[in-house]
Amino acid sequence: MTGPGPAGLNGETTNDTTSGRERHMGEAPAVLTVRGLSVRFLMPGGREVAAVNDVSFDLAPGECLALVGESGCGKSVLASALLGLLPANARTRGTAHLRRPAPTPDAADDGVELLAASEETLTRRVRGRLAGLVPQSPAAHLTPVRSVRSQLEETVRELTGTPRAALRAAAEAAAARAAFPADHLDRYPHQLSGGLAQRATTALALVADAPLLIADEPTTGLDRDLVDRTVGELRRHADAGHALLVITHDLAAAERIADRVAVMYAGRLVEVAPAQDFFGTAGPRHPYAHGLLEALPERSFTPIPGLPPELDALPAGCAFADRCHLATDRCATSPTLSDGVACHHAPERADA
Amino acid sequence: MLELSRITAGYDRRAPVIRDVSLTVADGEAVGLLGPSGCGKSTLARVAALLHRPEAGTVRLAGETVRGYRFRAPRALRTSVGVVFQQPRLAADPRLTLRELIVEPAAATGRSRELAGRAAELAEATGLGASLLRRRPHEVSDGQLQRACVARALLLSPTLLVCDEMTAMLDASTTAALVAVVEEYRRQHDAALLAVGHDRVLLRRWCDRVTEFPTAEG
Repeated sequence: MTGPGPAGLNGETTNDTTSGRERHMGEAPAVLTVRGLSVRFLMPGGREVAAVNDVSFDLAPGECLALVGESGCGKSVLASALLGLLPANARTRGTAHLRRPAPTPDAADDGVELLAASEETLTRRVRGRLAGLVPQSPAAHLTPVRSVRSQLEETVRELTGTPRAALRAAAEAAAARAAFPADHLDRYPHQLSGGLAQRATTALALVADAPLLIADEPTTGLDRDLVDRTVGELRRHADAGHALLVITHDLAAAERIADRVAVMYAGRLVEVAPAQDFFGTAGPRHPYAHGLLEALPERSFTPIPGLPPELDALPAGCAFADRCHLATDRCATSPTLSDGVACHHAPERADA
Repeated sequence: MLELSRITAGYDRRAPVIRDVSLTVADGEAVGLLGPSGCGKSTLARVAALLHRPEAGTVRLAGETVRGYRFRAPRALRTSVGVVFQQPRLAADPRLTLRELIVEPAAATGRSRELAGRAAELAEATGLGASLLRRRPHEVSDGQLQRACVARALLLSPTLLVCDEMTAMLDASTTAALVAVVEEYRRQHDAALLAVGHDRVLLRRWCDRVTEFPTAEG
């Protein structure tokens, strides 16, 4: 037995990614609370790379937050920081608190402070158990010389303590939760298509029913049909009560999956907005977010001029000012994220 | 410009990836080739770029029937096609700086001196500044590396450009920027384009004509 599965999974194969969007939001206490998270890499010669700067956000059970931004903006470093997977030359600041939502208020559990946790705590309590990772390139994440079944059985055994006799059934149930076909379980990773490899890693991430799922670029390199399917499946896991952090540069996928969108630029969150507003008529409020959306081929298809600043030479003021058509003298001081946007010139929120 | 007729190609004679596929790209035309993952469209792109010998069928490039592929193709024919691949990391020698990467085709054809100015122009057009050009691939982002790969593909002024999922790894703004670089080049040199991808919206916006790739059998 794999322990109690999340409710709502019985409704299985629905592909409707919009259902349940509005519920869950802001009701339950956050699964993940990040405050003032910064990551610096110390490089040879005293150089310092500021990959993540003062990032704060909350993530509730059943909620999906899409972290969007261009490659190299610090999105994946943020995910690595949350899982304690940063290289040795990284220095972190701030807090990131992860807790399992309590079934009843008095059964509350204190959770784990991720940035301060020891490697032992991360290994024994966090990775796979409290936080599941759907990795960027699933085919590279699987062990190439072992079948999917063998990897699933190992994970089930390690994470849930299922007795040997029940392993086979438990692994098959775990595969089914991620819609991985049972007749492909004896295949090796190189025999799987991109979509199936994706489901195999998703199945592994779901084994321990971790309250937080982090998906790092889950749709990169997949074609539209597979993107739709992957997005539908991830959304289903959010609707089943998992908190879902999706890291992506694919705005179309973010639009389909997310309740809220967080836009990252040069290591900072520059805008956090409900997905409906961000992609809808209200539109993004930060000029970078606006430019990113306008660059889509279905919109004006014009790039934002220039390139993002190097993370080891960030300007003292707003990092986007150099590329921004709204920039003035005020932009020499760095704007802070308030009311969902970090810009001196952002329009007021439409409904404010 | 490019005529692929009844091409059968693959990596195992008993199970070709594409069978009997024909495709034409006229001079200066931009053709989008659309298809799902694994349908063989990249294989066709490799044939079009003279990087893969088909098992059957003929390829005509600029009016000439192609007899040799890869290093067996005559240099003039081979360098008339520029290629950009999906994954810049796999398409870039990790030992070279971006500047060296961009001029590599000139070095390989003994034209380094002649094309030094052109390389600098292309670096500027793709938005790569001096400090980025001094770095090696592991020190830059995917988007920055793909910018260098586009500059490299344009260095020898190809008359046909083959872009195989050029933007699949890139964010929206970098995608729009690189498509703009390619289009500006095509406008100046009247070059043809074969853009392979699975993003229908992008290819429709980018190309004169979009054709659906037939699904591979077996």
